[in-house]
Amino acid sequence: MRKFLFFFITIIFLNNKVLSLDLTITQGSIKPTPIAISNFFSSNDSTFRIGKDISMVISDNLERSGLFLPIDQKAFIQSSKSLAQGPRFEDWKVIKSQHLVSGKINKKGDKISVEFRLYDVFAQKELIGKKYETTEKNWRRVSHIISDAIFSRLTGDSGYFDTRIVYVAETGPKDNKQKRLAIMDQDQANHRFLTDGSYLVLTPRFSPNSQKITYMSYIKRNNPRVFIFDIETGRQEIVGDFPGMTFAPRFSPDGKKIVMSYADPKIGNSEIYILDLATRISKRITNSSAIDVSASFSPDGKQIVFNSDRSGRRHLYITSLDGEKIKRISREAGSYYTPVWSPRGDFIAFTKQEGGQFYIGVMEVDGSNERMIAKSFHVEGPTWSPNGRYLMYFKEERTAEDGSGGESSLYSIDLTGYNERKIITPLGGSDPAWSPLLH
Amino acid sequence: MFYKFLLSIFLAAFISACSTTPKDTAGSSGSGSSSSSDPASGDSDILADLENTELGGPNIEPGSQEDLVVNVGDRVFFGYDSSELDSDAKELLQDQVAWIKQHNASITIEGHCDERGTREYNLALGEKRAQAVKNYMTSLGISSSQISTISFGKERPAVVGSNDGAWSQNRRSVTTVN
Repeated sequence: MRKFLFFFITIIFLNNKVLSLDLTITQGSIKPTPIAISNFFSSNDSTFRIGKDISMVISDNLERSGLFLPIDQKAFIQSSKSLAQGPRFEDWKVIKSQHLVSGKINKKGDKISVEFRLYDVFAQKELIGKKYETTEKNWRRVSHIISDAIFSRLTGDSGYFDTRIVYVAETGPKDNKQKRLAIMDQDQANHRFLTDGSYLVLTPRFSPNSQKITYMSYIKRNNPRVFIFDIETGRQEIVGDFPGMTFAPRFSPDGKKIVMSYADPKIGNSEIYILDLATRISKRITNSSAIDVSASFSPDGKQIVFNSDRSGRRHLYITSLDGEKIKRISREAGSYYTPVWSPRGDFIAFTKQEGGQFYIGVMEVDGSNERMIAKSFHVEGPTWSPNGRYLMYFKEERTAEDGSGGESSLYSIDLTGYNERKIITPLGGSDPAWSPLLH
Repeated sequence: MFYKFLLSIFLAAFISACSTTPKDTAGSSGSGSSSSSDPASGDSDILADLENTELGGPNIEPGSQEDLVVNVGDRVFFGYDSSELDSDAKELLQDQVAWIKQHNASITIEGHCDERGTREYNLALGEKRAQAVKNYMTSLGISSSQISTISFGKERPAVVGSNDGAWSQNRRSVTTVN
């Protein structure tokens, strides 16, 4: 109950913040559903702990989604041991839990089987029952997969918990920041660095199978280029053979191509190119004297949305891959940047600058229904969760003249502008990219 | 000239080492300068000579980065979201071109931006600034093979601070000698 009250306090606080904004920030009001997540029961001492940990990971995932309110286990009446035999729905109705999650763990040699059930308490029926066999060390991934099954069954959207985040970890003063590629699970577990910080790295993005990362690197100091990093082997490979700077890369939805910007030294201006990774043949898409940058594929791979200042102002454009029909989609005042096509195909998320402030916004693919969902001195670089329901981005604080401030951190937010949360990372963070679902 | 300079440093060090105590009491108002010492003393002539010696002048190697920075200037500035060269920038670049021709130098032009704007857009804008400088230099007779460009976008500001003063100094190109 105390947690419940705290939640409402948070909502009120957010609403107050919204009132002071210049551009209207829309914000959905969502009443999270109470859910009871019991410890997964095990009669074996060595897996007893895992049963508690799995329950906690699921509970944290669902709570972070903003759509569920896990009930404090102290309020539970039925024990996890008894629950493993079947729920007494009355015990869960009393504590006003709409849904109930129970589970069991059995140890078989060096493997464990993890079984879970999701119940609708008031309808008194089982909604899902599933069993996973795995090695003990995989308990965390199993927890995410179960969380996805629960989320998907109860919201109708696909899950997003069994995912990872790649981003740029930052340390040092603003004028000489050390930047390293870093990767972690969506819930910040299993954090590790992929590069050592001896050279600048920027804008990492996952391949569709999440095994590779494309990014921009200054490893060859005077020749910054787009690279591909293989997560398994740690090997880095330059993308294409271009005599000038390549940057702002993203994979195509089939993983076979990379779209990026290339500044041809003969022309002196950035144009968008698509490189076929198998044939190494590159194709120029744009042809203007303006800056063309930050391209992102549509989920069907047939179009790209990109950022250009060809009108004299910075706007968003959509084109087919032959570059023939280029259409501006952004309509309002201000500067638009970094468009990213939603994996569902329905929205474009972007960075916007207006009146000395930065915003994260979304619009429909034809540019209609533009909404701002986050605002700060500097926010930038939205990335979609694979279900197209959440966004992550980074926020940078002002820097004072003495060099203090200027910290950069990752944040996530619901598409409706609700449930903004700071993502805790060991160092500063920028340029996040959300992986597709891993399972 | 250089030896005279070294000698004067040596003598100054020697003399001040010999006369630390009396000078501290005699000239405490001088705020570190020797100018308030007794003009009749031989010490002050040497110290005055040291003050008048141009530091660095004789040390700079012609054609070096330091030479460019001190005697010409290594950077030009741009307007917000612009890669256009104004008359001040062109004037300085003309001097740079003369200097590059004199030393037959190979150079890299770095393009930089202020922190407003996104990382990717600013990489493109920084490159455009560096290219604008390169194009101007080649129009004045420098071979394009002598000039490389690189963009750092907003990654390496010259001055920290989220204010107009810092921003105007960060929207720049910097010429570096290879």
